[in-house]
Amino acid sequence: MPKPSLKQTLNDLDTKKISIRELNQDYLKKIKKKVNLNIFIHFSEENVLKQIDNLEKDNSTKKLKGIPIAIKDLFCTKSMPTTAASKILENFNPTYESFVTQKLLDEGSIFVGKTNLDEFAMGSATNTSFFGNTINPLSKENEPLAPGGSSGGSAAAVAADLCLGATGTDTGGSIRQPASFCGVVGIKPTYGLCSRWGIAAFASSLDQAGIFSHNVEDASILLQSIAGFDHRDSTSAKVDIPNYFENLDDDLNGKTVGIPKEYSIDGTPIEISQIWEDAIKVLEKKGVKIKNISLPHTKYALPTYYIIAPAEASSNLARYDGVKYGFRSEEVDSLDEMYENTRAQGFGREVKRRILIGTYVLSAGYYDAYYLKAQKVRKLIADDFNKAFKECDFIVTPTAPSAAFPLNEKQNDPIKMYLNDVFTVPASLAGLPGISIPFGKDENNLPLGIQILGKHFDEQQVFNTALCLERSYE
Amino acid sequence: MKIDKNTINKIARLSRIKLDDKESEEYINDLNSILDWVEQLNEVNTENVEPLSNISSSILPKREDVSKDSNSSDEILENAPDKLEGFFAVPKVVE
Repeated sequence: MPKPSLKQTLNDLDTKKISIRELNQDYLKKIKKKVNLNIFIHFSEENVLKQIDNLEKDNSTKKLKGIPIAIKDLFCTKSMPTTAASKILENFNPTYESFVTQKLLDEGSIFVGKTNLDEFAMGSATNTSFFGNTINPLSKENEPLAPGGSSGGSAAAVAADLCLGATGTDTGGSIRQPASFCGVVGIKPTYGLCSRWGIAAFASSLDQAGIFSHNVEDASILLQSIAGFDHRDSTSAKVDIPNYFENLDDDLNGKTVGIPKEYSIDGTPIEISQIWEDAIKVLEKKGVKIKNISLPHTKYALPTYYIIAPAEASSNLARYDGVKYGFRSEEVDSLDEMYENTRAQGFGREVKRRILIGTYVLSAGYYDAYYLKAQKVRKLIADDFNKAFKECDFIVTPTAPSAAFPLNEKQNDPIKMYLNDVFTVPASLAGLPGISIPFGKDENNLPLGIQILGKHFDEQQVFNTALCLERSYE
Repeated sequence: MKIDKNTINKIARLSRIKLDDKESEEYINDLNSILDWVEQLNEVNTENVEPLSNISSSILPKREDVSKDSNSSDEILENAPDKLEGFFAVPKVVE
């Protein structure tokens, strides 16, 4: 069976080898066969059929016309409820469309459903969702594995071929880590490239929308579609968006790759060090210069992140008060009681933990010691990358410190769970673009990802390097 | 121990999240272990380092200073758990 490809499907639609209806009915069948994986929070066949009807009546040419896309349930959509995988938004029906999903609709894509995630994108295993775990499609029978997180549903939807692409969001690794766990391509672009308008906010200085796809070409097409300036997001960047797909070029001769020594950490499985070395060897063969670089503040990235992200989350999640939208507790003797009960019953444990820690580090007397200190270390981490990128064109590292682990394995120890993001968080703090592509397997035949980081707004270089490595791996 | 029973109650109150005794105990443990772990940032010399609050490297564009009236109060109220005559409704505040 040929590998699924959005690019190829567009050709097939164009040459009438397949119709929009046939294509999407195939996907509907596949989705219904995989309900046991709990990939979707919202799926409605009727809704998909309605979209097909509408597109059949539409004679205009559109770039993604008829392409089935899955949407992380953190993006507000008018045609489907939006829950952020939280009880507190269980019955929320947005009256507006997020910037990213509007762009995809404008291009004629079909939304097959809303995918599961960690509650408010807080987690690394899609196991904090109010709607239950998602199961990694690569799991063997009776040994369910985590798909990674927070965008685990979207990564799993692509891995199980239930769509030709999916949206995700990445705050500290929530696209790249699940992409690695599920063996698909996942790109988090530069902070500011895609508007955050209409995405339920977690940590606003870090949140960024991105794409999951079956291959690098498809990712370049989809990212192009969702990027762009938007006046409703005050940190949206006004930059020209190149045609990533047209400009794809896997010739890296004469480029320099940076290899940061701080990413060799004790306890990393040998197979992960091995695929990292393999990637470097491939690049060397392609005429890329290897430069050993140092990012000295790397080890402080995780603790920095786990101050800044909860601090911003505690502020962002203050809006869920049982007044404006979503769940309201029945126990409402007074206004204060209503707030406290609504939030106690509406939020899950990890979300409460982060709100509490965020409130603490922002509270009077502790702000300077924690939050301000973390922002200063963040500056040093960003400066490390700025210095490194004077000596290299891109950086290559592993994506995650392990392959997909069994469901719930790390649930009880928050810090152990946070360590999943060790290779992805530094670039998030620096706002840099990063992609994860499958580049090997471990002894259990589970995929392992390689991460490529680029300079701000240099997604083209990230794609080019990814394409080169992908072609050498296939 | 940075977080004790009093502190957790104070933070929970600031966060408007009601905690029962069992939860309080759990969060005291969780928060203390997380705060001990982030303590390592004190090893980093940050003297004369500017805090980084916005990573966006592009210049943020200004917009025209004009008001817009989208007249969307119906839409805004659409998801409210309780509403009354064009307003959000909440439990009685004054006896």
